[in-house]
Amino acid sequence: MRDVFIIGVGQTPVGEHWDLGLRELGASAIDAALKDAGVESVDALYVGNMLSGSVNGQENLATLLADAAGLLPAEAFKIEAACASGGAAVRAAALAVAAGAHDVAVAVGIEKMTDGLASTVSAGLATASDQDYEASHGFSFVALSALMMRRYMHEHGRSREEFAPFAVNAHQNAVGNENAMFREPISTEDFGRSPIVASPIGVLDAAPVCDGAAAVVVCSRERLGADHEAVRIAASAAATDTIALGPRGDILTLESARHSAQRCFAATGFKPEQMDLFEAHDAFTIITALSLEACGFAPRGEALRMAENGCIASGGCIPLSTAGGLKARGHPVGASGTYQIVEASLQLRGRAGANQLAKAGRALTQSVGGHGSIAVSHILEA
Amino acid sequence: MKAAREVGIAGYGAYVPRYRVLTETISSTWRPRGAAAAAVAEKSVPGPDEDVVTMAIEAARVAVGRAGFDPGAIGAVWVGSESKPYAVKPSATIVAEAVGIAPAVVAADMEFACKAGSEAMQAAVAFVGAGMVDGALAIGMDTAQSKPGDALEYTAGCGGAAFLFAASDESLATVEASVSHVTDTPDFFRREGAAYPEHGGRFTGEPSYFRHSLAASRRLLAEVGAEPGDFAHAVFHQPVPKFVTRIAAELGFDAQQIEAGLLAPRMGNAYAGSSLLGLAAILDIARPGERVFFCSYGSGAGSDAFAFRVTERIRARREGPGVVDYLARRREIDDYGHYLRLQRKIRRS
Amino acid sequence: MQLPRFHRLRSAYYHLEGQACSACGAVQFPARRSCLACRSEELERRPLSGRGTVFSYSEAVAGFEGFAPPHLMALIELEEGPMVAAQLSDVEPEEIEIGMEVEMVTRRIRELAPQGYIVYGYRFRPRLEVEAGR
Repeated sequence: MRDVFIIGVGQTPVGEHWDLGLRELGASAIDAALKDAGVESVDALYVGNMLSGSVNGQENLATLLADAAGLLPAEAFKIEAACASGGAAVRAAALAVAAGAHDVAVAVGIEKMTDGLASTVSAGLATASDQDYEASHGFSFVALSALMMRRYMHEHGRSREEFAPFAVNAHQNAVGNENAMFREPISTEDFGRSPIVASPIGVLDAAPVCDGAAAVVVCSRERLGADHEAVRIAASAAATDTIALGPRGDILTLESARHSAQRCFAATGFKPEQMDLFEAHDAFTIITALSLEACGFAPRGEALRMAENGCIASGGCIPLSTAGGLKARGHPVGASGTYQIVEASLQLRGRAGANQLAKAGRALTQSVGGHGSIAVSHILEA
Repeated sequence: MKAAREVGIAGYGAYVPRYRVLTETISSTWRPRGAAAAAVAEKSVPGPDEDVVTMAIEAARVAVGRAGFDPGAIGAVWVGSESKPYAVKPSATIVAEAVGIAPAVVAADMEFACKAGSEAMQAAVAFVGAGMVDGALAIGMDTAQSKPGDALEYTAGCGGAAFLFAASDESLATVEASVSHVTDTPDFFRREGAAYPEHGGRFTGEPSYFRHSLAASRRLLAEVGAEPGDFAHAVFHQPVPKFVTRIAAELGFDAQQIEAGLLAPRMGNAYAGSSLLGLAAILDIARPGERVFFCSYGSGAGSDAFAFRVTERIRARREGPGVVDYLARRREIDDYGHYLRLQRKIRRS
Repeated sequence: MQLPRFHRLRSAYYHLEGQACSACGAVQFPARRSCLACRSEELERRPLSGRGTVFSYSEAVAGFEGFAPPHLMALIELEEGPMVAAQLSDVEPEEIEIGMEVEMVTRRIRELAPQGYIVYGYRFRPRLEVEAGR
């Protein structure tokens, strides 16, 4: 397989874009990424998106965006992998280039959630779970995560307040990200007081419903230009677990996350402690904790201790979600995995602005869908 | 009436939801303070996920389980109710499927106001008695309907029971005989599409409940050649407790005979489930050899009366929850708005 | 309209029908093509007892359209082994705890529309206390 490089990134601010639809958001992010890469056309477009059918009434989304972004007649497909769609789209683009099918491809992650009522969005998100045995019994995305969090608290003797550092860290990091949705810091007390959504999950455990699009342009080594600030995709891997929570042997081990991260580590020879940052899938604080444990940053049951020790802050042993993460940058579901890769690329290029880490040579990004039924991981290298 | 072959009850099961509302909670919204106290102090209310089908399934499972009967050998299922979840679509097929009785089975819903459950019992006795089926399940179950603020709202409760009828040599109580008495008496009705029933006030008493219950009861006593004193227990339809005490007295039953089956004071009137639930409560405590007198009443109007004789098998057929167990798990709904929601009286579209 | 879907699911929804593996003895719910434990395809239909304990739970503030509150969500560990996601009935949120003994009941799970099809299926409630020696 050929080496693949990220040569351009683009993103829209994350938030409630009442005046922008799927085509405007998508075209805007793609255009920004192409400009950043200095290319005018691409061979293929891969769109990571989850809800365009159920919330926006629009399928054949990749064609819509290829058309809107002026990429015709490029090949274009939508990649759907629940909340991991954005990561999966980047992987699809990387695979196409690595395989030699294309030389330059763009991946865009996009979600336009504010077109739907909360009930429509919630029902749409629940289609990531097992419709017959979870969603049809009233289990929302939040409720399934709440079951994992309650069990985690029970097995490890933790309180809900002890999950606060993940949310506090995310909000702190979003202050310096002009594209983030929530740029106000929160305190541990704010976290403790936040209203319950599905016990024990409170509003401040959870990432918000919002709109956004992020794009990356990837190319082969042959197409790298001298003036490209290229980031190498050192590894890319996806893995799955049972669609429903019930049949998993251990609901507190994200097997999909563990497998996909392990494959990335195995492919590169790196160890978790050699990563300079981790863009984690912090849709809920419990998922952050489980991701840290699944990827080998913390032993089972120890993620909260890591967070308490300041290990997840900039300057800590593994800086987490340095642009605010899903929690505070915002979680336009199918776009989040692409935002993670955009943000990690900017860190590795030294262009992360106020949030720039002193040392940023290697990053792990991981996007998790369907409360752990699918995970897509990437290791990027400067 | 007597079947060609001896028939009896092989298994029975009851159901009463967990929720209760004090009638005080209803009167605080509708009646001036100082108004006369309601006929019952509290009544049962269905949970948010319950209806006649779910309640019938639970009672039927207990009945079939207690009988030790292979569900596949049951040849008929009838659900008598006036609060079926569907206007068109049988409740009985859902019950039959959920209890494992489908598909080789006769199934339908019966409608005869509060007599729908005992109508199902008559049909079950006939099917088994004629030798057409080995087992027939008769269910009377209601989540009783009433207009908000109407006199009925103070008593309309919910619950019911299921009885599996089979040949008498398998039964915990044999059917001695049954009778029916019906006339065209418009004391209470609900038109198609209407949410709540209409009733004739005091017309529901003397010319309706009493006339039909008395006629059926007296005919049954004559048919089996017995006196009220020959029965250990008697149960009647229970619109309000004082109707039951009055009819028992008129027929010559004493307070002790009606005690076990009189549930209305604790849960209101379960309409098509009312007299069947009383019968289940009696079977929960009856001793072998005792005779049980049963008389239902349904508006429109008619009564079914049955005479049963309890057998030795009763002792081994009471596993699982009895009526007292259902009545003991009691959660009070202390808010009229919440009560209206549980009764599905609030329209959301 | 999802009538055919719920029709297909009635064995699972009404009887909690899972499978027992003839090769390794594992019991699983819902039914699938092969044994999750040993991958054998020698599987027998097995309605489960419906008895189990609460493995985890959550009270959700809001539910989807067609679901009546309260939304008491739980993972139930069945006595045969499988774990099933289901709502709890006949219980107050403050009474729920991990390890609580529950039993299956068949209830209204959801309505597909305000006057639409009613989906019946499994939910769980605290085991009914039965008076001893009646």
